Amino acid sequence: MARATGPVLECKGISKFFPGAIALDAVDLTLYPGEVHALLGENGAGKSTLIKCLTGAYRRDAGTIVLDNREISPHSTQESQKLGIGTVYQEVNLLPNLSVAENLFLGRQPMKHGLISQRRMLAMASDLLAEFGLAINPAEPLSAYSVAVQQVIAIARAVELSGKVLILDEPTASLDRDEVDLVFSVIEKLKARGLAIVFITHFLDQVFEISDRATILRNGRIIGTKRLADTTQTEIITLMLGRQLEARIQDRAPTEAGDVLVELRNYGRRGVIEPFGLTVRKGEVVGLAGLLGSGRTETANLIFGAIQADQGEALLEGRKISLKNPREAVAHRFALCPEDRKNDGIVGDLSVRENIILALQARQGWFRPLPRAKINELAEAYVKALDIRLASLDMPIRLLSGGNQQKALLARWLATNPAFLILDEPTRGIDVGAHAEIIALIERLREDGLALLVASSEMEELVAYSTRVIVLRDRRQMRELKGDEITTANIVSAIADEPMTNEPMEGVV
Amino acid sequence: MKHHINTTLRRIAPQLVILAGVLLLNFLVFPDFFRIEFQHGRLFGNLIDVLNRGAPTALLCIGMTLVIATKGIDLSVGAAMAIAGAVAAALVVDGHSWQVALLGALCAGAVCGAWNGVLVAVLRIQPIVATLVLMVAGRGIAQLVTEGTILTFLNPGLIHLGAGTVAGIPTPILIWLGLGLAVTAIVRKTALGMLIEAIGINESSSRLAGINSRVLIISVYLISGFCAALAGVIVAADIKGADANNAGLWLELDAILAVVIGGNSLLGGRFSIIASLLGALIIQSVNSVILLSGMPPELNLVIKALIIIAILVIQSPTVKHALYILRASADPIPPGSIKEAKESPQ
Repeated sequence: MARATGPVLECKGISKFFPGAIALDAVDLTLYPGEVHALLGENGAGKSTLIKCLTGAYRRDAGTIVLDNREISPHSTQESQKLGIGTVYQEVNLLPNLSVAENLFLGRQPMKHGLISQRRMLAMASDLLAEFGLAINPAEPLSAYSVAVQQVIAIARAVELSGKVLILDEPTASLDRDEVDLVFSVIEKLKARGLAIVFITHFLDQVFEISDRATILRNGRIIGTKRLADTTQTEIITLMLGRQLEARIQDRAPTEAGDVLVELRNYGRRGVIEPFGLTVRKGEVVGLAGLLGSGRTETANLIFGAIQADQGEALLEGRKISLKNPREAVAHRFALCPEDRKNDGIVGDLSVRENIILALQARQGWFRPLPRAKINELAEAYVKALDIRLASLDMPIRLLSGGNQQKALLARWLATNPAFLILDEPTRGIDVGAHAEIIALIERLREDGLALLVASSEMEELVAYSTRVIVLRDRRQMRELKGDEITTANIVSAIADEPMTNEPMEGVV
Repeated sequence: MKHHINTTLRRIAPQLVILAGVLLLNFLVFPDFFRIEFQHGRLFGNLIDVLNRGAPTALLCIGMTLVIATKGIDLSVGAAMAIAGAVAAALVVDGHSWQVALLGALCAGAVCGAWNGVLVAVLRIQPIVATLVLMVAGRGIAQLVTEGTILTFLNPGLIHLGAGTVAGIPTPILIWLGLGLAVTAIVRKTALGMLIEAIGINESSSRLAGINSRVLIISVYLISGFCAALAGVIVAADIKGADANNAGLWLELDAILAVVIGGNSLLGGRFSIIASLLGALIIQSVNSVILLSGMPPELNLVIKALIIIAILVIQSPTVKHALYILRASADPIPPGSIKEAKESPQ
């Protein structure tokens, strides 16, 4: 690493406020030429906000950015590009119907007599691509090439335009292993050229493979910057999730789980989640742990029919059932509170009352409307039971706070009297009070004999209510933890794919 | 119940005010506007004309309201009118009774609707493109049915639907009022209305809540085709002939305009059929003002355009937000909207 020279980019005390929230709280970031610097953190940690402040997509509210010993304050992404900071996103931001060469030189095509010189442009494109190890025909339309090649072309364009700092925002998210290698070989070349590269990804293996240092963000703050040679995956995960990893043995009495309710055999979908087996008994809470992108949400959606399985079979109380779409799942008394409350959960402009009865009404069919009195009775009962705070049942649900929206969604599904309740991130983005109430509710429902499957990134929470925890990594089930094995330390080591700590009290701290 | 009526009244108040304003304008340019006479067993008067002439748009906007509530749009209704009119005319010319002709026309309309519905809900083609297919092809189909001529007929039963009266009231008025009330009752007395609104607001959430959005989306296009067929029969019966080229020409745009004037968002969601019907009457009253004032009818389009602009401006989020801030700074902050108030400029 070329540490002899000074930093190419130095951010100090970057802050960004949104109404009611601090997105970035005095964040420092230093990039040296010739290093790959990973930016890590769970969703909402502030990674993209930081990037947007760097590239001028957002105006920062405080702090300084120094590029090559000169303070900069880009107002737009174009400006930061000119200054030397280029960005490549997961979704390739190029024009698939134009040729590779046109994509590379769009807006600065070589001219001859006031016209674009196609021949020179193609020659320049070939030279440029050769530098990146791509031997492709630049006259072909971009769409003729794979996503990975398009990704490299996007990188080439960004480097040509900017050439000091390159920000790669999840460049490998939709690539397979060979394609990742192609992108990585390009990153290595750029590193050797002395570019500073910011690498954002959810794949920790890739971080360790390519990066020199990593900065970990949580809740808008820098938690630490580590040289990857001196650290372990477990340490990084611990920093990202930020739990006091005191290993906690559950004081709960061993639960007497009931009969098997749902059984999945070799259930999966290619490219979404590897086939898995899963049994859930009545009176049991099965926790799904794993980092973002590990397949938690995919597992939940697959079981609910929101994503169709292409292999394996599902059994309900020993009988084979089909789960082709959510409607079929609901008919089998399945229920799912989705992770993305706003886009997949609430129907924003409908009233709280209508949102609560929506699933029940959908199951009954439109021609058998619930009587007005029944609707009011149900809605009022659940508002009371779950302590949903609202001005009126007639107000649109979008006006409720996150926690109250989540409770109303729980009410929607409890009103259908489910046998199997799937909760995906039930406590994300809700305040502390509602958080505790939802955890208590999960406990209560389990005691009532429901079968529950709860996917969560909050490990302490999983430890608190799960009777079993399944740990996912890279869209595959890694390990199942039972009884006393359920500790945050064991979950972390399973995520990091390390052997389980036999003495949980001395777990990783 | 009283609560219900109050909510509805508050919802349609702007449309009632606009309608009253345009009717007043009619009165100013033509003082006899509100006079209604009973002659030869039939009601006569300008007001009756507005209700009668507005029938095709009113019928179309019933189905269009439901389609737009699901975040869709149906451009093919004008062409579906032409097809239905042609089918009805062809059947009576072939010697069938008017009942058979009406049934045949309604079936043709339903088939048109089902076609659109399948394109949108099953093949997931954007509604504006999906219905454009039939908008263009439909007139060709109607011409095939009429064999390229204006197919005239003398069947008194069929003519009665467009030009006759029942108890002194022109039949088209009864048809659109009846269908409007029936569809409103169906969507509001069952859960259909709420489920349609849910799909329009957030289809992903609705699907995950177990709503069969595919079937519901097909059915709203079906209803729209059905309404178009009735409108097509009325128009054909009125001129005693099926004109494949001109029947219902550009009426889809009037129907969409009626829905928009009715305060229904083109982005889908909450809808009111009554408000759309008022929108259809507003359009017809504007037409009437221009006719009665003796202004050249070309102005009709310009004035319509001005009304659209005015309504769209009122509906635009920017203007709404500005109004909200104006009101918020005038009133104390209402409970439950604290969060929104925070975001307004301090």
